Amino acid sequence: MIPILKAVNIIKFFKDPEPFKVLNEVSFEVFKGQFLSIVGKSGCGKSTLLYILSTMDTDFEGGLEIKGENLRQRRQNELAQFRNENLGFVFQFHYLLPEFTALRNVMLPALKLGKYSKEEIEARAIEKLKMVEMNDFAKKLSSRLSGGQQQRVAIARALINDPAIIMADEPTGNLDKANSSRVFEIFRRLAKENHQTIITVTHDLDFAGGSDHIVEMQDGQIIRA
Amino acid sequence: MDWRLALDIAITHLVTKKKQSLVAMLGVLFGISMFLVMISFMTGVNKFLEDLAMDNTPDVHIYNPVEVKNQTIVGLEAKEVDSGSKHDPAAWYVVHHQRPTDELPKIKNAQYIFAELEKLPGVVGVAPEVTTQVFFNNGPVQIQGNINGIDVKKQELLFGLDKKMDEGSLDDLLKGSDVIVIGRGLAEKVSARTGDRVSITTPAGNNLILKVVGIFSFGITTIDDVQSYATLATVQKVLQHDRSYITDLNIKLKNMQMATSFAQNIKKELPAQRVEDWQSANASILAGEKIRDIMTGVISFTLLLVAGFGIYNIMNMNIINKMKDIAILKATGFQGKDITAIFLFQSLIIGILGGLLGLVVGFVFCYLLSRTPFPEGTIIRIDTYPVNFIPLHYVLGILFGFLTTLFAGFFPALKASKIDPVSILRG
Repeated sequence: MIPILKAVNIIKFFKDPEPFKVLNEVSFEVFKGQFLSIVGKSGCGKSTLLYILSTMDTDFEGGLEIKGENLRQRRQNELAQFRNENLGFVFQFHYLLPEFTALRNVMLPALKLGKYSKEEIEARAIEKLKMVEMNDFAKKLSSRLSGGQQQRVAIARALINDPAIIMADEPTGNLDKANSSRVFEIFRRLAKENHQTIITVTHDLDFAGGSDHIVEMQDGQIIRA
Repeated sequence: MDWRLALDIAITHLVTKKKQSLVAMLGVLFGISMFLVMISFMTGVNKFLEDLAMDNTPDVHIYNPVEVKNQTIVGLEAKEVDSGSKHDPAAWYVVHHQRPTDELPKIKNAQYIFAELEKLPGVVGVAPEVTTQVFFNNGPVQIQGNINGIDVKKQELLFGLDKKMDEGSLDDLLKGSDVIVIGRGLAEKVSARTGDRVSITTPAGNNLILKVVGIFSFGITTIDDVQSYATLATVQKVLQHDRSYITDLNIKLKNMQMATSFAQNIKKELPAQRVEDWQSANASILAGEKIRDIMTGVISFTLLLVAGFGIYNIMNMNIINKMKDIAILKATGFQGKDITAIFLFQSLIIGILGGLLGLVVGFVFCYLLSRTPFPEGTIIRIDTYPVNFIPLHYVLGILFGFLTTLFAGFFPALKASKIDPVSILRG
């Protein structure tokens, strides 16, 4: 089987305040429909790895392939285009645009992609919001929503372009138990029913324990995969 | 790139931050409206003064100046010349303080020059004049004034003198002999009204009675207080000269900007006469015009610069506040140019709306100023502040507003597009 994401010998330095090797020849593969958790202590480089995988951080050595495409030679604008189409993101602090309604937040990446008409995008966005049980709040300004609600809207936004891979940085880090398990359930379902790949970085061992696969990191290296 | 999406996001940002957008807009509004008021008023003053000057100045003026010959008469004592070829300055005779010769201030051969000038290309027409100083007698008091003998039809056609008439008509000069029209100020001084007779004394000492058939005013006190007009024949008679006696030739050109070169060419043909173009006759007004133009330029530039800095600051602050949003947009696939477009749209919307409002406010200010009574002056008579309403100024205003905000918004927008999403999202 061909891996959907392949990282080869990734080396990353932090130059400030003094050169420090955060990632030391990290290599691994992720397959379609896999629910993968990266765990490890603070400072082990797991978030750094996720941002490299996300194509946003291009300052590293090594190879990165997603969906069989080599992304090392791509320019920033091409990578943005690639992210728009193939990757979905969920962050720890949910990061919605506060001036926009929940619905508009979900719609924005699809409007940027421009694959569907505005009406279709709206219908799809409502469908995604339904999936995370947030359709009742569609017309609310995102700044008026609670943390758990915002995180679910953020997941709906990550899903809008039907990306192959959904990446999440501590998606439950800021949530209570009930909301955490809700987010977990959504991810679980996405991997199982939609065969979308999930890569999360988490401290939450319960969360990680429920995933298909756990990658444990320490001092910039994978110690258990 | 879908610019409509960027515009949409830009508008949402502006609408949510109403107060901040309004303050930025006010900056542009103020800049553009003041620019308009400045330029409309300054060009209004320029035009007013120029019109005023041109009313009384022909494009090219030919006259015979009273000139004192400046060369010194030098002679040598005969004995010294005999004694040797060396000239001893101590032995020279020098005549200082010469007096002008008793020469009539008329243009010699005026009829011929007049006919030749009229034939030249670029000349609309030539109006001959006889001017002289006279005393107007008001009881025992003598009031100094001028009489200009004019060719009435020519003067009307070329210089629109008939439009300056307050009472009577310039054509009335042709209906009788010994009739004049006089300036409003002069009329007051000699306490004469239309239909009255005034007594004058010529420089030669002759007394005459002339009938006032009209009163004119230029709005320039120095003219209205001393000037009067009569026909050529009347003034020639007053001065007891023949019909060839002409002191001035006033030339009207098709293109008044050609006056300088035209005057230079004529000068070669008429070395004995003074040939003066309107620019040198009104040098002080033109200098004032230049100074006002520079002032307008400097102040306008400053106003626009200040408005530009206002937008620059607000956009910079805006972008610092929106770092997280920019990072999230980039993470979800927005490219650098999309981000630039979003923030450039914001400043352009501010610029265009502020500019348009500025045009309206500027126009209102200009209108009010053009309705404001001008304080009574002694040199010029003017009712309200002179203000120009020229559409080009309004086009310039909106264009400058647009360009200023484009420049001011461009650098913050570029900065926004360069924000590294990773450093923001990682916290």
